[in-house]
Amino acid sequence: MQSPAKFLKHKGWHQTTIIALVGGIYVLGSWFLKFDNLNGLLAIPKAFAWLGVNFRPTANSMEYLPRIWQKLIQTVLLAISSTVVAAIISIFVALLGSKVTGINGFVQTLVRGVASFFRNIPLVAWSMILLFSFKQSDFTGFLALLLMSIGYLIRAFMEIIEDEASETMLALKATGANYFQVIFQAVLPQILPSILSWILYMIENNVRDATLVGILTGTGIGFIFDIYYKSFRFDAAGMTVLAIIIVVIGLETISNQIRKVIL
Amino acid sequence: MINSEETNTIIQKPKLPDSPEIKLHEKSLSRTMIIAVFIGLILITGYTLTHLDTAGVQINQAFKELITTLNQMFLQPNAGTDGVTLLLQALGSSLLLSILTTIIGAVFGFLFAVLASKNLTNAYLGAGIRVVMAIIRAIPTIIWALIFSIVCGLGTTAAILGLSFHSVAYLTKAYSESIEGIDNSTIESLKVTGAKFWVIIFQAIWPTIVASFVSWTFIRLEINFANAIAVGAAAGAGGIGYQLFVASGMSFDFHETGFIVYLVILVTFVLEFIAVKIRRFYLNR
Amino acid sequence: MLEVKDLQKSYEKDKPALTNISFDIKPGTFVAIIGPSGAGKTTILRSLNQLIKDDGGQILLDGNDIRTANKTQLRKYRRQIGMVFQNYNLVERLTVIENVLHGRLGYKSTLAGVFGRYTQEEKEEAMSLLKKVGLENFALQRCSELSGGQKQRVGIARSLIQHPKVILCDEPIASLDPASAQNVMELLKDLTEEYNLICIANLHQINMAKKYADQIIGIRKGKLVFDENADLLSEDILRTLYDQDITKELE
Ligand SMILES: Nc1ncnc2c1ncn2[C@@H]1O[C@H](COP(=O)(O)OP(=O)(O)OP(=O)(O)O)[C@@H](O)[C@H]1O
Ligand SMILES: [Mg+2]
Repeated sequence: MQSPAKFLKHKGWHQTTIIALVGGIYVLGSWFLKFDNLNGLLAIPKAFAWLGVNFRPTANSMEYLPRIWQKLIQTVLLAISSTVVAAIISIFVALLGSKVTGINGFVQTLVRGVASFFRNIPLVAWSMILLFSFKQSDFTGFLALLLMSIGYLIRAFMEIIEDEASETMLALKATGANYFQVIFQAVLPQILPSILSWILYMIENNVRDATLVGILTGTGIGFIFDIYYKSFRFDAAGMTVLAIIIVVIGLETISNQIRKVIL
Repeated sequence: MINSEETNTIIQKPKLPDSPEIKLHEKSLSRTMIIAVFIGLILITGYTLTHLDTAGVQINQAFKELITTLNQMFLQPNAGTDGVTLLLQALGSSLLLSILTTIIGAVFGFLFAVLASKNLTNAYLGAGIRVVMAIIRAIPTIIWALIFSIVCGLGTTAAILGLSFHSVAYLTKAYSESIEGIDNSTIESLKVTGAKFWVIIFQAIWPTIVASFVSWTFIRLEINFANAIAVGAAAGAGGIGYQLFVASGMSFDFHETGFIVYLVILVTFVLEFIAVKIRRFYLNR
Repeated sequence: MLEVKDLQKSYEKDKPALTNISFDIKPGTFVAIIGPSGAGKTTILRSLNQLIKDDGGQILLDGNDIRTANKTQLRKYRRQIGMVFQNYNLVERLTVIENVLHGRLGYKSTLAGVFGRYTQEEKEEAMSLLKKVGLENFALQRCSELSGGQKQRVGIARSLIQHPKVILCDEPIASLDPASAQNVMELLKDLTEEYNLICIANLHQINMAKKYADQIIGIRKGKLVFDENADLLSEDILRTLYDQDITKELE
């Protein structure tokens, strides 16, 4: 047994080491990246001052509003549909791959590996290779978001099934119910609220990611922001950002209300 | 004569002894809501997919092309004209970028989280911080990076600031939710000893949430790595993201694209592995 | 009649969790399995309905061996064997009556089961069983809103609607307060007599075992060390069973 004094001293050392380590990484990292912390810090107020002057939507920028709005709606629809399709695919795969409802060890490992692989391929890579084959179209954006979401949702759904459904699953198995009965009567009713909660989260996230995909593939709200930005129509770009803020916060609020009711 | 009434009764099925239908569940708001949201989402999806603009691309043809591309990427990867050294350097700088911004995010995120948590500070300050953070979070990282690159010029500084902004806002929310989950008695028991605010924070709050703090920080590190790549590609901020963008979108060298993707996946696997180890270490203490 | 002969199981090689367990139980008997933690009680119980695949022996329910049954046959046996869990294992989001009706799934076609179509008779039986366990006013309540004791009674009703010959209870009262525990034990005891069931319960409370069980089976390190009428359980045996003096607990 350690003496209390020794333990506290050890703990103190432990903390000091970690702080020194993290600080060291930070300083070295800044040096490698040639990141000037002071200038960076000063850039923030400068940036906001600049934003205040140039990004402020003027009476003029109102004319852009219909077009921005149309693209934004389109982006939200794309985010929703890609999430829903991804969720439908993922729930089947997750049922096959989870430890509780899965078929066998081999399939479980395979599903885990594939999901992890999909999740970790950068969105940029998906966007670019899809752009190459599917050209500049909404379908490209849809596919990029879809493939990305599938990776996330499979893993999330498998964890939900394993956390929430294993006990009831066992109970129904013991009554002599068969596989499909157990899935539909025990597993799905139990996990549906959590699944829905994740779908809502993924939709919010996809609206944000759609901006990136849009910039790369020339679709939706990202495209229009990029155009305004590159042609120095900053008031219109500011308008676009404002519209994004409103929609994302709106979606978040609606999701939270829905979660409150269903969970 | 047989009257019609009698024939009727013979043909008619005997009525069941009147037992009322037994209901299995009542109408509940939560059930209705779940069904309504699902139906709503599916209808929206159906509408969107049937009205999707495909720019006149032959879908079959495009899928065939995609398979070829994927084949080149994943089955025949090579370092291409850039060479392994350059790619590894770029990978390293993207990784550093994500670590740096995660550290910034963690430090400021924790400070703001303490000030924003409902059980620690006054309501107005907390609400104010939460609103500001929600707005910052609503703006995608890539747009933050583009905004800062107007002032600082395209490059690392803009990327770091852009990524940091989103990280701080994200982690503030995550940490403050952990702090708000702390049992009130823990805080009160220290308050009654007359301990100062920051003493309470570091003696009671910090040890309680350290495990979830570590968890969230590593989740953010993974997100930041992905974001560093995105910003590199879409805002020209350098790093492996930029190389990826050039290989896949300008020189169309999908062998190199594949190589870069493998490098990225390797790093995310390592990050995930480390995260699991460290999380386990803090959970078992 | 349930006969278990030479039941064996090891999770890891050369580390037997069960060695040559044999016992007989007649209908209408309430059996308590006691023994220290890790002795193998759960393993025995779960082998009886083959949730755990054992390694050897025989499990005869009215003369038919459950162990050699194929998948379809096994489901038929399982519906004759109810199971009650320490953590209730209910679908918390569904209503009490829906959870009770889950006990009928083994008798239904896949499609009817998948869509949860139950006949009027089944629903009526569910109601009458809920009355029996004292929950007739809770039928439409969500299970997440019930107390532990109430949840356990839902679990018991779910196993009864299977028309079981055997009910297996793995520590049915371990998560309950003393009053609810008494209540559940009494219910199980009464039901055993009323329906002429075989009821097997893993228990950690020796006083409960003595009070309610007709027959007691003692397990220690995977071996059967006691299998007698409940009255014959002596302090000596308890001492060998638990490696320590627990006479105090008996008081
Ligand atoms: N899935 C498993 N894998 C490996 N070993 C296991 C597994 N389940 C149980 N064991 C081992 O088998 C032995 C018997 O376990 P069992 O769960 O049957 O004990 P128990 O009598 O029910 O204990 P308790 O009273 O704590 O519930 C223990 O030594 C345990 O470590
Ligand atoms: Mg046990």
